[in-house]
Amino acid sequence: MLAFVLRRLASAVPTLFIVVTISFFLMRFAPGGPFNLERPLPPATMENIMRTYQLDQPLWRQYVTYITNAVQGDFGPSYIYKDNSVAELIGKGLPYSMELGLYALLLALIGGVTLGTIAALRQNSLLDFSIMSLATVGTTIPNFVVGPVLTLIFAIVLSMLPAGGWGDGSLRFLLLPMIALALPQLAVFARLTRGSMIEALHADHIRTARAYGLPPRIVVITHAMRGALLPVVSYLAPCAAALMTGSAVVETIFTIPGIGRYFVLGALNRDYTLVMGTVVLIAIFVIVFNLVVDLIYGLLDPRVRHD
Amino acid sequence: MTDIVTNPAPTQPENPDTKSRSLFQLAALRFRRNKAAMAGCVMMVLIALFSYIGPFFVPHSYDQVYSSYVSVGPSLEPRPDEASLEDAMRGVATRARVNLDEFNVEGQAFTATLSAESPIDPRATRYFDRANEFNNTQVVATENDGRVLKVEGNVSREYFFFGTDPNGRDMLARVMLGGQISIAVGLLASLVSLGIGVLYGATSGYLGGRVDNVMMRFVEILYSLPFVFLVVVLVVFFGRSFILIFLVIGAVEWLDMARIVRGQTLALKRREFVGAAQALGLSDWQIIRRHIIPNTIGPVIVFVTVVVPKVILLESFLSFLGLGVQAPLTSWGALISEGASNIQSAPWLLIFPAIFFVATLFSLNFIGDGLRDALDPKDR
Amino acid sequence: MTGTDENILSIRDLKVNFSTPDGMVNAVKGIGFDIKAGETLAVVGESGSGKSQTMMGIMGLLAKNGAVTGSAKYRGKELVGLPKSELNKVRGAKITMIFQEPMTSLDPLYTIGRQIAEPILYHRGGTRSEARKRVLELLELVGIPDPARRIDSYPHELSGGQRQRVMIAMALANEPDVLIADEPTTALDVTIQAQILNLLRSLQERFGMAIVLITHDLGIVRHFAERVVVMRRGEVVEQGTTEQIFENPTSSYTRMLIDAEPHGRKAPPADDAPIILEGRDVTVDFQIGKGLFSKGPKTFRAVDGVTVRLHEGQTIGVVGESGSGKSTLGRALLRLLPSDGAYRFGKQDISRHDRRQMRSLRKEMQLVFQDPYGSLSPRQTVGEVITEGLLVHEPGLSKADRDRRAIAALQEVGLDPAARNRYPHEFSGGQRQRIAIARAMILKPRVVILDEPTSALDRSVQGQVIDLLRKLQADHNLSYVFISHDLSVVKAISDYVIVMKNGEIVEQGETDAIFEAPKADYTKALIGAAFSV
Repeated sequence: MLAFVLRRLASAVPTLFIVVTISFFLMRFAPGGPFNLERPLPPATMENIMRTYQLDQPLWRQYVTYITNAVQGDFGPSYIYKDNSVAELIGKGLPYSMELGLYALLLALIGGVTLGTIAALRQNSLLDFSIMSLATVGTTIPNFVVGPVLTLIFAIVLSMLPAGGWGDGSLRFLLLPMIALALPQLAVFARLTRGSMIEALHADHIRTARAYGLPPRIVVITHAMRGALLPVVSYLAPCAAALMTGSAVVETIFTIPGIGRYFVLGALNRDYTLVMGTVVLIAIFVIVFNLVVDLIYGLLDPRVRHD
Repeated sequence: MTDIVTNPAPTQPENPDTKSRSLFQLAALRFRRNKAAMAGCVMMVLIALFSYIGPFFVPHSYDQVYSSYVSVGPSLEPRPDEASLEDAMRGVATRARVNLDEFNVEGQAFTATLSAESPIDPRATRYFDRANEFNNTQVVATENDGRVLKVEGNVSREYFFFGTDPNGRDMLARVMLGGQISIAVGLLASLVSLGIGVLYGATSGYLGGRVDNVMMRFVEILYSLPFVFLVVVLVVFFGRSFILIFLVIGAVEWLDMARIVRGQTLALKRREFVGAAQALGLSDWQIIRRHIIPNTIGPVIVFVTVVVPKVILLESFLSFLGLGVQAPLTSWGALISEGASNIQSAPWLLIFPAIFFVATLFSLNFIGDGLRDALDPKDR
Repeated sequence: MTGTDENILSIRDLKVNFSTPDGMVNAVKGIGFDIKAGETLAVVGESGSGKSQTMMGIMGLLAKNGAVTGSAKYRGKELVGLPKSELNKVRGAKITMIFQEPMTSLDPLYTIGRQIAEPILYHRGGTRSEARKRVLELLELVGIPDPARRIDSYPHELSGGQRQRVMIAMALANEPDVLIADEPTTALDVTIQAQILNLLRSLQERFGMAIVLITHDLGIVRHFAERVVVMRRGEVVEQGTTEQIFENPTSSYTRMLIDAEPHGRKAPPADDAPIILEGRDVTVDFQIGKGLFSKGPKTFRAVDGVTVRLHEGQTIGVVGESGSGKSTLGRALLRLLPSDGAYRFGKQDISRHDRRQMRSLRKEMQLVFQDPYGSLSPRQTVGEVITEGLLVHEPGLSKADRDRRAIAALQEVGLDPAARNRYPHEFSGGQRQRIAIARAMILKPRVVILDEPTSALDRSVQGQVIDLLRKLQADHNLSYVFISHDLSVVKAISDYVIVMKNGEIVEQGETDAIFEAPKADYTKALIGAAFSV
């Protein structure tokens, strides 16, 4: 087990390296630069700035410098948030994004699996149809629509909840962004669960369980459900990574001080270091969650054992 | 041993008179029996007609600015109504430095009586034509040495069923245009991802071994590059033209397609008909083309119906970030994002594009589900 | 053990219908028969006869679109239409089932101990540790080695035969009155088949339950059952004691089934017949598991230094159980997979031929597969399927020429030429196998490797396919390598037999010599298992 984890982490290193390399050069070859403002700076100032940030160096040297620093945990200064280093920015924002993302993940997972199971057990019934329509609504309506609509209803019309901000981090503040974040994922989980549950209920060993007169509760929960959850677990990794690294849209709408917006802002403003920092962060999340999911998978399915 | 499952195919050879049906025809039959999917199809056709044929029946073009009608709400009544027409006329009269004594509207025509201290220059009618509401203003009678002028002309009353946006553009025409662009981007980007994904996945899966390893490692790397990052950088990189947007989206979306096709291919490769083709001496490329790709079509079609709405969503997300098609062109996503920011003052800006957008995605989803059920009879 | 006269399960006017998009399918059309306490009743029929659906219907296990009507009384208690909660008191306790596929009939995610314990706990109550003790007894009873260790194994850690034993243990757990065995040995190797059937018989002697054996295999029926019900297309054709049915069948269908056992012998080719295909020291290794950090690739030797010489006009039968490497040997001989050894085709040395060089020879050496459903691409018409090889090997032919060749090939295998415009899914298994043979024959090959070509077919159809293969061999002086686990078929079609086990040749020789006087113990076991269950 430990060997498996170490092996996986070791094999993640080259992937991470390639991701960093591609992002680095992709960013740099894109037209524009961090200081190409609408009102051009005087050439002397520009030169100064370029020198400060070592942007006047040949590209390969910048790359080497970046990699060398990054390996030591130094991701450089941000260009747009001038007083902060990238590591500081991420360190400040990440806890907010992760906490919100974790809640949203739990909501999506529990809600989605429950709804999907109910729909599968009542296949082709009205209940099934309603749940699946709801899931379709969930996947189809983008969160930049859900967000404002939720705000309009609950914050402005009903005045029940605050319209945004982190506040004291209580549920009152987090409920709306959490729903906006979770809804599409909840729908995906519901669909996945329904599909794999229906398939699982048709499996030969379910027929065996029925033939031996086991009560429906045991048939469904112990036998069908566990197998049906395997595809759900696989989806958990990309989903968790996406939710916990923040969403630009939701964080903007609800003014959450997370890291989601850095990414888009950074890319738009050519804040090379900030974008690179977030890219590395996201890649690490993806790798770690994939690993975690693989371990969970091994616990759920005795045919997959990591040694 | 299950002798009979739901698929009655094994009983068919006993009555050889039945019409020969390919698997596709059977699937089409099953599809047509699926009411939700058929409703989705009808809906989709209607929306497509609305978007592409509709503009021929709407007198306003999507970029025409009606400065008199900024952010007016949706209405079945023509605009402006008589009261506001008179207001408008009074405004024009003031600008022309004349008094408005009388004003009547009958149908598409108006008559007005103007007066002033000194004789009125007949060229003052130009002031009237300059307003959006009036045109063809002509002097019909001059009284009192030119101090009183009777004019008549046409009123142009406009219908804005969906209201107008903050720039005074007709939302109906804009929703139609948004539909054209969103649907086109959705379809074209899906085709791009389909083309790349199918070829890549089939090749990788069929050749297997080291080639497969390398090709899939590449896909994994692209996967671990944050998706939004790729799109944003590519859009920034290539600019914001319509063609590039769907190319960019297609170039990002093919990853899933490649994975699905590869998975299918791995399963197909173990099927005996592929072994038979190898024994016949077909080359790898012939086998991929003649045996692998045609047999991946089922899941691929299903997946395309998933990709199209995803692409439309993605495009709208780009528009939300301000990276979508450039004004005055627009897409549903861009309209929705404009609407979302004006949700309190002008909710119709959000409501109409959102209705069409959601209806489209809904229809596509039902079509996708129907296709899945039709193509895979085991998945009851 | 002979049954008493008490009818423990009485079936009357039982119907099973499936509603499909193409209308109602009547799988079972109002049948009736009785099962007496303690007897062994065989329900026999070919695929599609409704024999399984009858039992599934009684047990409430039909697919969602299926419905059962009529009457099935267990000790006077009506089972048809019984609410599920009531039915659950019968099934698993009084009537139990074992299924055809031991691979998938057990839940892969739980240990076998837990799965066997479940019905015990549910029907009898008691504590987990009591149930566990009972499970250990049962595992011992069904002959699982080292039960104390195996009880915590997962199904995938057991072999197919062991899994079927686990199913039997589960079926016996609550000492049922009736055990329904639905093709319990079809998915197993012959030697294992015999073990499982003997186990069932000895358990029946001990516990005295009735066994309903659903099968298509008359060989098993003859040696195992006391009474027989013959079914065809959802109806009972005939029923009676085993003796009556076999000695004196009244229906022509039953007679046809009995006569369908493959007959005949093949004479060996002339002594001076030249060697057409030779593989010396054929060795095939498969790589299993490889990774960036694992210590070197592990390999599995599927075929280990086997030498085969095929003469013109000869048929070599290669027999062995699953995993013996016989199919791999066939593909290696055709150079379809990487292998070591020296290969000759006619006078040509093809040991060093790469794939492109082999391509021109493919015309001469063809392959026919086991699964007639899987070996035809579902998206091609039959015409496209069988002319595909011509596109590669005779690219000069016009479309009309190809069509003519297709017609000729279809006629040769006994199919209506109109079939070429249809799709494979419209044909039965036997017809599909003919299509697959036509695809090979259209190229006018000299060697055909037949990989279990009859194993997926019903007995009555097997005979026809074998006759066809014989006729084609005679007409075209073909040489066959006939790979099969079915000894009766091999005996009828080959003049030379190779017995394989674990990738090696155990014994080889003329067919008669092998079957009359087998030398190796393994061959004896195989033959014993196959011909006297």
